Amino acid sequence: MIRALHRWPGLLALALVTILSLSGAALSVFPAAERLAAPQAEAGLTVAALADRIQAVYPGVEQIRRSPSGRITAYWFDQGAPGAAVIDPVTGEGVASADPNQAERWLTNLHRSLFLGDGGRIAMAAGAAAMLILSLSGAALVARRAGGWRHWFARLRGPLAGRLHVEIARIAVVGLVLSSTTALWMTASTFDLLPDGGAISAAPTEVSGETGSALDQIPTLQQTPVAELRELSFPYSGDATDVFTLKTDRGTGYLDQGNGALLAWADLTGWERVSETIYMLHTGQGAATLGLVLGLMALGVPAMGATGVLVWLVGRRGRPRIRGNQSAGHAETVLLVGSEGGSTWGFAATLHAALTQAGQSVHVGPMSGFAPERYAAAQRIILLAATYGDGAAPASAKGFLDRLNASDRAPDISLAVLGFGDRSFPAYCAFARDVAAAAHAKGWPELLPLDTIDRQSPQDFARWGRALGDALGIELELSHRPVQPQTTTLTLVSRRDYGAEVQAPTAILHFALPRVALRQRLLGSGFARFQAGDLIGIVPEGGTVPRLYSLASGRRDGFIEIVVKKHPGGLCSGQLTALEPGDTVSAFLRPNPGFRPGRSRAPLILIGAGTGIGPLAGFVRGNTRGRPVHLFFGMRHPESDFFYGEEFPGWQDEGRLTRLVTAVSRGARPHYVQDALRGEATQVAELIRNGARVMVCGGRDMAACVAEALAEILAPAGLTPAVLKVEGRYVEDVY
Amino acid sequence: MKSLLATLALTTALTLPGLAAARPVTLTTTLNNYGGDGAYLALYVTDSSGAYVGSLWMAGGKSKYYEHLSDWYRATGGDTAQVNGITGASVGAGRTLEITLDLADALFDAGYTLHIDAAVEDMRDSPNEVAVPLTTDGAGTPVQGRRYIASFAYDM
Repeated sequence: MIRALHRWPGLLALALVTILSLSGAALSVFPAAERLAAPQAEAGLTVAALADRIQAVYPGVEQIRRSPSGRITAYWFDQGAPGAAVIDPVTGEGVASADPNQAERWLTNLHRSLFLGDGGRIAMAAGAAAMLILSLSGAALVARRAGGWRHWFARLRGPLAGRLHVEIARIAVVGLVLSSTTALWMTASTFDLLPDGGAISAAPTEVSGETGSALDQIPTLQQTPVAELRELSFPYSGDATDVFTLKTDRGTGYLDQGNGALLAWADLTGWERVSETIYMLHTGQGAATLGLVLGLMALGVPAMGATGVLVWLVGRRGRPRIRGNQSAGHAETVLLVGSEGGSTWGFAATLHAALTQAGQSVHVGPMSGFAPERYAAAQRIILLAATYGDGAAPASAKGFLDRLNASDRAPDISLAVLGFGDRSFPAYCAFARDVAAAAHAKGWPELLPLDTIDRQSPQDFARWGRALGDALGIELELSHRPVQPQTTTLTLVSRRDYGAEVQAPTAILHFALPRVALRQRLLGSGFARFQAGDLIGIVPEGGTVPRLYSLASGRRDGFIEIVVKKHPGGLCSGQLTALEPGDTVSAFLRPNPGFRPGRSRAPLILIGAGTGIGPLAGFVRGNTRGRPVHLFFGMRHPESDFFYGEEFPGWQDEGRLTRLVTAVSRGARPHYVQDALRGEATQVAELIRNGARVMVCGGRDMAACVAEALAEILAPAGLTPAVLKVEGRYVEDVY
Repeated sequence: MKSLLATLALTTALTLPGLAAARPVTLTTTLNNYGGDGAYLALYVTDSSGAYVGSLWMAGGKSKYYEHLSDWYRATGGDTAQVNGITGASVGAGRTLEITLDLADALFDAGYTLHIDAAVEDMRDSPNEVAVPLTTDGAGTPVQGRRYIASFAYDM
């Protein structure tokens, strides 16, 4: 619901809010420029003295105005010709033109009415209302995603567009709420919807009838400092019944031109004060610094618009049409999807297609639409559940758990739960686990035990599909291709071979950087931008499902490098390790922002074994700033599979690598990387206590052993890997 | 000449006791290129003693800005009822406002004065921009305003 409230006003009002924010940001500069340019009155200067100075220079002065920036403007008539100038209060002389700035005027009219009069004002007010709705719904989404308002500034993970969107939003939202609320108030005020008009004080009827009181002798003007002045209007020359009109920050008064007496005074009303404060907050006139800050925040709007559209497009593209979807009442298999961004729907579509082809009748729907009483023909229910944020239900699964928990008993239809998530998150598949636990507690019969899919892995999905097929007694081959990105042809330049002697033939493959199209460069897509730790996907010839490999190089290195071990019978690894220089493969890039060393200067502890050394070696190679890096590397035998063994001494000399600790598993005393960690327990604990970041890359079993070893090492310090994960200081890339 | 061609025929709110005859009068106000947003103009009549008699036209729809038409505002106390039904859009720089009203014969050659107050956002207020006596002889004679009005004339 909140998401819809964010998405649709956002897309509809995109153009309006973009114009509003860009023009607003441009306008925010003017009050500050005026403040800097305007000659300021000396402290303690009274209106009487100022008016006297100005009148000495311009005897025909009619009006003196002071803007909130302190700029003083005088208007006069000299021999029938009107004149006006910005006044230097020290001399009373004109120093600059008082004509309105044409650029500012143009921008103001664009900003408030699109040059379209009242219709335009209403359109722009609608834009401001959209901005307010977007800000509030967006703030609710950020809070939900972060797991509560207290975690407003929690570390972000996920694709760049989404992160940028939230990163900008959580800073700019304050300004945008302020700007849009004040804009709505000002529009209401302009259309007379608020009782904030000035109190009308009747023009004084009793005047002395004399003229010619010296300005510097009028007590009220003597008591009013220039800092409070807004406007002083002079009586018409030759009209003895006319009066001085004085407007200050406090109110409006009339002064007798003969004896200088204060004839009438009206204070500003409460409504007027509120409206003026709001005007100041919105325009920055009288609060130039705030204005600049708001202007800067407004600049975030076009960026959020662009990233927001990207997030929406990616989510939409990832959500395919389900062809031949059966009704819930007739389907044998009911497939319910809990998806936040839409990618889980893609898996549902693949499963739906495969089951349908196997002769099943299948219904696909959101988990939020869970209604067991309607599943009259259902023999099984399959839940595909992603997780949102810190373990919350994703958008399309809202209310599922409440409904299940509220029911007397679970439906008598067997259930399989498949969780989708990312192992680098601490709450990996937490929602799916909650659902499975609740189902178990309700005694829901189990078709398959809970299984999980890490980072949309097609391999994981295919494996689970075979298990499902076995349970159903059908042949089920799920070949899911998430969103097949456009591939680029990579040419192998050189290869280095290792590991043949220890029955683990492995190659470091070195590809040339492909040519990048201008469009990709602009969008930062394809191979235009990548870092060590990002993934490249390779679709093997004769295969449909891409395999992912971690990059051991970044764009700046000028080449693409991966470490590939030949798996017995492995299609993709077999083809890759058979490549000779000059051969080509088709590959695409998948950013892996959750596995990056970051720009901090805190020490890095890199832990890897086997081919997991690839991205870690890439981080070391890219460490040109001398950040302390401690690398723990597990191998089988230093004579055979010591990847990058030739480079490490050089990197150490150059200060890219502080320390290398190796563990050798083949030999008289097998030694694994977790053992190496334990051997350095004191130093590792010390480093982590001092803010070091831990990055682990390698097989799943190794990662589990490393986590166990770290838990032991950190226990005396009262830390756990889980805590570090939450802080974003412990990240894994496992396979 | 650029013309807004706001040619309107309507009954004036200016009702005076004992008026029998009236005639259509065309008021033509042309603004100079003062380089600002649209001007608010208040056209009203005072009697020989300078007392406010009634309003003929208000160019500008937002009553919150009327206080800048300061003479009119003080004379009427900002009473928008004075310009009910005789309010139009503000007039852009260089544009012409042309209005035709039925004015009472008794207003002419009897010491009445037609005033125009003008105001432009972020520029000087110009009360009493134009003040012309209403006389039969004066009809058709253009006068210049003080700041914003290039020419004003009333034709019968």
